[in-house]
Amino acid sequence: MLLAVLSGFLLALFAPLLHRVAGKYIGWLLSLLPASLAVYFSTFLSQVQDGPLLLEYQWLPGLGISLNFLVDGLSLTFALLISGIGTFILIYAGSYLAGHKYLARFFVIMLSFMASMLGLVLSDNLITLFVFWELTSITSYMLIGFNHEDLEARKCALQGLFVTVAGGLALMAGLIMLAIMTDSYSLSAILASSDPIHQHVFYTGAVLCLLAGAFTKSAQVPFHFWLPNAMAAPTPVSAFLHSATMVKAGIYLMARLNPALGEGELWTMMLMGFGAVTMLTGAWFAFSSTGIKKVLAYSTVMALGTLTMLIGVGTELAMTAFICFLVAHSLYKGALFMLAGALDHETGTKDITRMGGLRKSMPVTATIAVFAALSLAGLPPLFGFIAKELMLEALLDAPLWSSLLLVATVTSAILIVGVAGLVAIKPFFGAPGNTPKAPHEAPFGMLVGPAVLTIIALAFGLMPFIPENVLFKAAVASVHGTPVDFHLALWHGINMPLILSGVSLVVGLLLFRAWPSIQPGLNAVNFAGSRVGPEAGYFKVMEWITVVASWQTRLLQNGVLGIYMLVLVAVTFGLAGYTMLDQYGVHFTLNLADSHFYEWGIALLLVASAVFASGTHSRLGSVASMGVLGFGVALTFILFSAPDLGITQLLVETLTVILLVLVLFKLPEFVNLSTPFQRYRDLAVSVFAGVVITLMMLAVLDIQYFESISSYYVENSAPLAYGRNIVNVILVDFRALDTLGEIFVLSLAALGVLSMLKLKAEDQHKP
Amino acid sequence: MKSNTMILHTAALLIMPLQLMFSIFLLFRGHDEPGGGFIGGLVAAGAFVLYAFAFGAEAARRILRAGPRDLLGAGLLLGLASTLPALFSGQPMLTAHWWELPLPGGDYLKLSTPLIFDIGVYFAVLGTIMTFVIGLMESEE
Repeated sequence: MLLAVLSGFLLALFAPLLHRVAGKYIGWLLSLLPASLAVYFSTFLSQVQDGPLLLEYQWLPGLGISLNFLVDGLSLTFALLISGIGTFILIYAGSYLAGHKYLARFFVIMLSFMASMLGLVLSDNLITLFVFWELTSITSYMLIGFNHEDLEARKCALQGLFVTVAGGLALMAGLIMLAIMTDSYSLSAILASSDPIHQHVFYTGAVLCLLAGAFTKSAQVPFHFWLPNAMAAPTPVSAFLHSATMVKAGIYLMARLNPALGEGELWTMMLMGFGAVTMLTGAWFAFSSTGIKKVLAYSTVMALGTLTMLIGVGTELAMTAFICFLVAHSLYKGALFMLAGALDHETGTKDITRMGGLRKSMPVTATIAVFAALSLAGLPPLFGFIAKELMLEALLDAPLWSSLLLVATVTSAILIVGVAGLVAIKPFFGAPGNTPKAPHEAPFGMLVGPAVLTIIALAFGLMPFIPENVLFKAAVASVHGTPVDFHLALWHGINMPLILSGVSLVVGLLLFRAWPSIQPGLNAVNFAGSRVGPEAGYFKVMEWITVVASWQTRLLQNGVLGIYMLVLVAVTFGLAGYTMLDQYGVHFTLNLADSHFYEWGIALLLVASAVFASGTHSRLGSVASMGVLGFGVALTFILFSAPDLGITQLLVETLTVILLVLVLFKLPEFVNLSTPFQRYRDLAVSVFAGVVITLMMLAVLDIQYFESISSYYVENSAPLAYGRNIVNVILVDFRALDTLGEIFVLSLAALGVLSMLKLKAEDQHKP
Repeated sequence: MKSNTMILHTAALLIMPLQLMFSIFLLFRGHDEPGGGFIGGLVAAGAFVLYAFAFGAEAARRILRAGPRDLLGAGLLLGLASTLPALFSGQPMLTAHWWELPLPGGDYLKLSTPLIFDIGVYFAVLGTIMTFVIGLMESEE
């Protein structure tokens, strides 16, 4: 399992190499991985019937972070969707992006994204779940902005990243609270301990944070705006992100945590409320857009809202409907997106109003599109019909807000029937449109995916007992928390859901007939609304962030070195001094009885050179007196028998003086620019720092919080490390890791100085 | 920057080899007596800085053979290399390994990962200071 999850990352490493070998068959070649993963995951199908499976791998045992994988009905459903649809997406991408100069790069990101997604749905540990969650945000950012030369694509990618990563932060807080409440970072343990969570004081905060993460990721209102904008991505990306992956991650999280957090009023109402509003919003915008990808993107928003709402309803029926709709949506949305890409590819436009009568030139595309759209509209004999009937049935006996949700759902169903017409009837039937390119049938690689997905949707519709017995029973059980008995069938007899379906179909078709005349009006309404919508709010927030950032940069990074020093010294010694006063106070014993006259001499030398260095106007004199100070310190070291320190101090001091002299040549003449006030302020801060450090040194002599470890080094230096020079043994053996870090810091400093010098030199060469 | 005094030239030529030998002596005796890679590296840097003052940055580059940044890199690589034996034998990072090679005359040559590490420190320190000094001197020209 570990290999299965990580294999995408591994293959991503070799994708550029394979691209060179396989050439235009790269999509087919790479698709072997998700295909075999799908086969591997299906071997778990029989096992999850008996309950969840926990596969354990150690990762950081010291921190209690493990790479355990939780395989149950829900995670397996997602894993199969991701790997199954992923297979066709890779084939499709190889064909759609054939000849693209960054094709290899595309596959690297796509495979990493797929692997992150698999990790996300299979992780048992909250921390690894979060890591994979963020990985999907980052890789999807790169996918959305794949056409990085396009300003619009970059902007949209950044928007998606900001929204999902902001939600990710909230999610992290939520996950940590969840772990505190249940005292475990393991999902399987958390799901087993539902009772203590509801009473916990963190419950409200955790639910709000977790939902903030899930809502941003799954594009719930008011965060829905990033999703249609993510259409800037190449179509294979949209097809994958919107059908089975990225946006479903939030849905997965809510479904996953439902047994633990559900049945709380807050959870139920938030999910039902936001879900229903999102559903309506998505359906409305889907029906009023003209770009075929926009239409599909907004219908995804509708689907995400529906799924959220169904989790919120939380009954057994609702959970069954949830799983069915999840699978149905993934199948038809993946197919429709790929077909939309084919249309765009072969006609040269995304605008539905310019398409028409394409059924003659693109017969295969048209056939598949009609069947996929039937599933979207929820018509028999496709699987979408079963999902929709179940959904209506579940809402009819929802415990709360039943009629309200029902009205919203039927309204959105009407609009979605219209949308189905937009994507399957408008482009292919009627009068020929006016497309930039002469249309012709899409290549095999671009049709195989939609065809297979639609055939699966048809097969599931005709034989619903197959998915029901193989997977759905287990999946519904893991969302609901307890096993649920249900039976899927295409025909339920004439009942309330069927009548509602019929009504929405008729009204939806009428709306579709009227679409060409009412669309401009709808568009005008949307345009007026966009000024006050959530996206306008997003831009306001971003503007505000920029303003604050430049204000605080001017404040903190003003470029005056003296101010930096002043702030650093004042803050450091202020805090240190405060802590000392607070914890220890000011008292020390100064025993000067056994001091020698030469020690007094050195002390005097140190003080005198320090005073001279700060008072002189000559830079060279100042450097020289600093040198004297350093040599004095070295003398002190030698007097108190620390020859290594003494030698090092002498050498460092010598080299420092040399370096300073080299720098001095570059400085302008000494001019006194500071006001007397500034000089006294600097003096005060310096004196303060000196006093604090002196008091601290004296205090150190008096108190000892811990037993000194120097005796350990003295005793063990020779026997353990075979060295008599303790200082050196500490440096290269006992604490070698510190030294390793230090030489890296040293090297970085050297490179920093070098690049500063180089930059300076380049500046001077500029006219 | 280049000095034209004969005294400095002669002194540099005389002192530099001695200083370099001394730096290597300090490096190797460091484990038992005052010295070590850090101090050795500083002394060696002092030798090259003296040479650079006498004959200019260009000449110092020539006599260094390797670029100062390559010295830095070599130092860091040696430091990292000394972690490998412990890694391969599954011990905590930087666990010391010792090898004793018999020498003619019954003596033993003690080699160890801390020694490799110390040589790494030597080169890193030398590289850092030479990067500073040569960089500064060249930026004046």
